[in-house]
Amino acid sequence: MAGKTLFDKIWDKHVVHEVENGPQVLYIDRHFIHEVTSPQAFDGLRKRGIGVFRPAQTVATADHNVPTENQHLPIKDELSRRQVEALISNCKEFGVELYGLGHPWQGIVHVIGPELGITQPGMTIVCGDSHTSTHGAFGSIAFGIGTSEVEQVFATQCVLQKKPKRLKIDINGELKKGVVSKDIILYIISQLTTGGCTGYFVEFTGSTIKSLSMEARMTICNMSIEMGARGGLIAPDETTFEYLRGREFAPKGEEWDKKVAEWQQLKTDEDAAFDKEYHFSAEDIEPMITYGTNPGMGIGIAQNIPMTSNGHTDPALRKALEYMDLKGGTQLLGKKIDYVFIGSCTNSRIEDLRMVADLVKGKRKADHVHAMIIPGSKQVEQQARREGLDKILESAGFELRQPGCSACLGMNEDRVPKGKYCVSTSNRNFEGRQGPGARTMLASPLTAAAAALNGYITDVREMIN
Amino acid sequence: MEKFTTLISTCVPLPYEDIDTDQIIPARFLKATTREGFGDKLFCDWRYDETGKPDPDFVLNQDKYKGSILVAGKNFGCGSSREHAAWAIHDFGFKVVISSFFADIFKNNALNNGLLPVQVTESFLNNIFSILDDDHEAQIKVDLENEEVTLMESNLTENFEINPYKKLCLQKGYDDIDFLLSKLEQVEAFEFSLMKV
Repeated sequence: MAGKTLFDKIWDKHVVHEVENGPQVLYIDRHFIHEVTSPQAFDGLRKRGIGVFRPAQTVATADHNVPTENQHLPIKDELSRRQVEALISNCKEFGVELYGLGHPWQGIVHVIGPELGITQPGMTIVCGDSHTSTHGAFGSIAFGIGTSEVEQVFATQCVLQKKPKRLKIDINGELKKGVVSKDIILYIISQLTTGGCTGYFVEFTGSTIKSLSMEARMTICNMSIEMGARGGLIAPDETTFEYLRGREFAPKGEEWDKKVAEWQQLKTDEDAAFDKEYHFSAEDIEPMITYGTNPGMGIGIAQNIPMTSNGHTDPALRKALEYMDLKGGTQLLGKKIDYVFIGSCTNSRIEDLRMVADLVKGKRKADHVHAMIIPGSKQVEQQARREGLDKILESAGFELRQPGCSACLGMNEDRVPKGKYCVSTSNRNFEGRQGPGARTMLASPLTAAAAALNGYITDVREMIN
Repeated sequence: MEKFTTLISTCVPLPYEDIDTDQIIPARFLKATTREGFGDKLFCDWRYDETGKPDPDFVLNQDKYKGSILVAGKNFGCGSSREHAAWAIHDFGFKVVISSFFADIFKNNALNNGLLPVQVTESFLNNIFSILDDDHEAQIKVDLENEEVTLMESNLTENFEINPYKKLCLQKGYDDIDFLLSKLEQVEAFEFSLMKV
């Protein structure tokens, strides 16, 4: 019998029932919820007169619309406040644990799950948020769902899903100077396009992936959705186990040893077949930046913005460049920018903050640039303070604020004004994503920090030895 | 959920690729705690200028295009998992979205709300766009039972695929939660078997 992929092993183990000619009933180990996509699902339960089936497997936090200043005060925006209050009362009514504003574990849902050790290898994990794919970095099947599906999981701890196809993305070799995991994933998406992996679940493999820290792996899995993939995972290894060891909800004592032995088995068999494979070389990857209005519109920082797409002047490209007020055939290097946003579930972990602090230490941002750093969680924020990163960042002119999704999607007041350019470590450069008319350029924390220092798009390789 | 069988309607064309859910419903409108009322904000940043005035160039503001079928370029609904996108389209009055390709999460969300995503070939989609260019009144028939989509005037027909289970749900107006609740004993047995491992 042919071998199985890691994805198949985890998925098949969680199938409760198969509908004839239909989807499968997939059992969910962990369900994360937040204030924006859960209220209608809780309402649904009330209408049916039922409760949350397995509240102990559900964890809530407030992240999407929370302010990133003065979190100890009542939320000023009335609609946001009501939504956060609804989360509090819903969690109370249905017995769901909430790490809300003021809680030492509050933060972006995809940052706190892993840092608390709730996310573990071999699990199925869902959340009403497309970047749930982040948790795949631990060798789990994690994917975003809609609110009706959130209600399904509340009601039955299961979700009806069609099994995706298997895709392997293999990256080998050593990364060049100034190239980090965000560049890897932006490069892959630029090659495979924004819809190129729709219908597939990705396993990232290869020596480059193996060499990455957990934070870096999370950045890669986080953005699998940006090429349309249902999710992305990485087989767990010593790096994974070391990250999890001793974390709040990670197994302890004998149970830990038993679990690690189990997790060590979580890998794709050598003779397992994927439906599709792509191979990339780490040496081909430069620091990346996007020029357009979807994450697939990315280039190496020193390259020219393309004139055409697939040999034609593609209307989508034309529309994107018009929105960005950029010209095909020109370089982005030297382009003046207005905002720098370091944060989001893609790049707001301690390693990201350290990377930025390391680059900006003893330097000062350009006067005209508004530079914001939003830590992914209270724990990240506290650790940054313990390590003295706050001092370094603040004296470089960066504003270190409180945790939340913030300017990644502009649900709170952290927005980029119309027509302004923002180099952002987040995951989406869609029209208006960071505020109506905002112009987003996605990049790594290093490239974003370099742009903040100079006030224009900069090749970070010129700043490091 | 509303039942769906057959629909004959004029169409609204949006011939852009990669329309993401942030365009369908921008994040700043996701603060409601109910499912209703999102139709007013559908494609808000394309539909209105900053003062809230309708942009006459945008298709939803043009009287010549009306109907319950939205026709959009490939990779429709990419990006965020917000079901608000499906709610907004449905709330506006669309019953069907036709495209040559849909993002996965959007497709599920649409089906869970009685909004039928109809995937056609690139050439069929281009045919629709060029016919709608010449004739705003052109009608399309979507026949769920026979899984057929037909351009009425030219009688061009194409089959579309839909999962048999999802098809039945739409035809009968069933929802997934009723189905899953009927499987709870099996779920408990599954949990029990995991505990024994």
